[in-house]
Amino acid sequence: MRVAIADYGAGNVSSVAAALERAGAEPFLTIDPAAVLEAPLALVAGVGHVESAARGLAVTGLDDALRERAAAGRPVFGICVGMQLLFEESEEGGRGLGLLRGPVRRLHARRVPHMGWNELAVANGSTLLAGLDGVDAYFAHGYAAEPEAAALAATTDHDGPLAAAVELGAVGGVQFHPERSAAAGALLLRNLLAWSRSA
Amino acid sequence: MVKKRLIACLDVAGGRVVKGVRFQELREIGDPVELAARYSELGADEIVFLDVTATIEDRRPPIELVERAAAELTVPFTVGGGIGGVEDARALLRAGADKVAVNRAALEQAALIGELAGEFGSQAVVCAIDARDGEVVTHGARNPRGVAAVEWAQEAERRGAGEILLTSIDADGTREGYDLELTRAVASAVACPVIASGGAGCGRHLIEAFEAGAEAALVASIIHERPERIGELKRELEEAGWPTRR
Repeated sequence: MRVAIADYGAGNVSSVAAALERAGAEPFLTIDPAAVLEAPLALVAGVGHVESAARGLAVTGLDDALRERAAAGRPVFGICVGMQLLFEESEEGGRGLGLLRGPVRRLHARRVPHMGWNELAVANGSTLLAGLDGVDAYFAHGYAAEPEAAALAATTDHDGPLAAAVELGAVGGVQFHPERSAAAGALLLRNLLAWSRSA
Repeated sequence: MVKKRLIACLDVAGGRVVKGVRFQELREIGDPVELAARYSELGADEIVFLDVTATIEDRRPPIELVERAAAELTVPFTVGGGIGGVEDARALLRAGADKVAVNRAALEQAALIGELAGEFGSQAVVCAIDARDGEVVTHGARNPRGVAAVEWAQEAERRGAGEILLTSIDADGTREGYDLELTRAVASAVACPVIASGGAGCGRHLIEAFEAGAEAALVASIIHERPERIGELKRELEEAGWPTRR
């Protein structure tokens, strides 16, 4: 499956592309809104800062392309900051795509950023997260989305539960890094490709 | 609860992995990416590549190595050594590094950590601190900087560092245990994770570092010698109540 990765200038897109290739997909990096619109799956990756990421998406016009996809019920997936970008507003500054409802807030825990491997607790019936309940995945973030219950697909615990994955219609995302989560990450990406096919 | 991490550290010089004692007497061990892939398969939770000659010789960071590592590795990795500014960091992150570790340049350019955090997010910015008797040193321990490690760690966090990689120069390579006093002092002074580094000889040492407040422990010599020790160490940690990733 061809996967359009929004290449808005953030780091780590090459690692995500390599992981998708290992999962059997044909990823390509693009700043072309038309390519993002027509691909079977569009992905927003990225590490870093929500505000600079949101700016990058707006400058390239990829933000409208992603909104248009989502409105048409075609799959859009976010990783880490890319998942946070699916939401409305971030305390870190900047506005997201608004595809999912809820804020992105600074984590309140003894150790921030939340950095390292942590166990997933998967909501019943999530296709994206199938087989990943109780499995460790790699997180690295100081902010977290606070989705509505209906969109919450998995949580993890860092001095309290936080959103580890979301899924609502054809919009999904993970706060952890599948490209850096060894076998668990590979399984998530294979699930993602299956999920996109059926979306 | 987030798991404690066992981090494999690969000191790189001239594109090869080397290991010295107290930052001296370097000897060659192998190819960085091959070793890192092997260590992660054996259970290492994360990898750190430190270009130990970059700062001393004033060379640029090793982009080609990072590209290869990014394509091969399925666990996170940090790259440090010779990062002089935002553009160096951008090139490394763009090549696929998950985090960059800054050391000397962060001391000498007051704005650097803030710029990196603003551009790439705090989670991508590691402040590496080398310490001797509680004081920050640079240039492979040749230059004392006249600032306490605890104070610099707090300052670095305030500026936006997301992690502190804390190395005791005197413990490095000795296998006699981490500097627990230093680890405890820094880990209790900051909210971001602290990686204890320098002196790991056995599982007990890692347990002590976690008890002192470290979120992660760096190992090098003892796993270069026998990589299978990674799995043994992780089992030992789990039995002692400090589980790492499964």
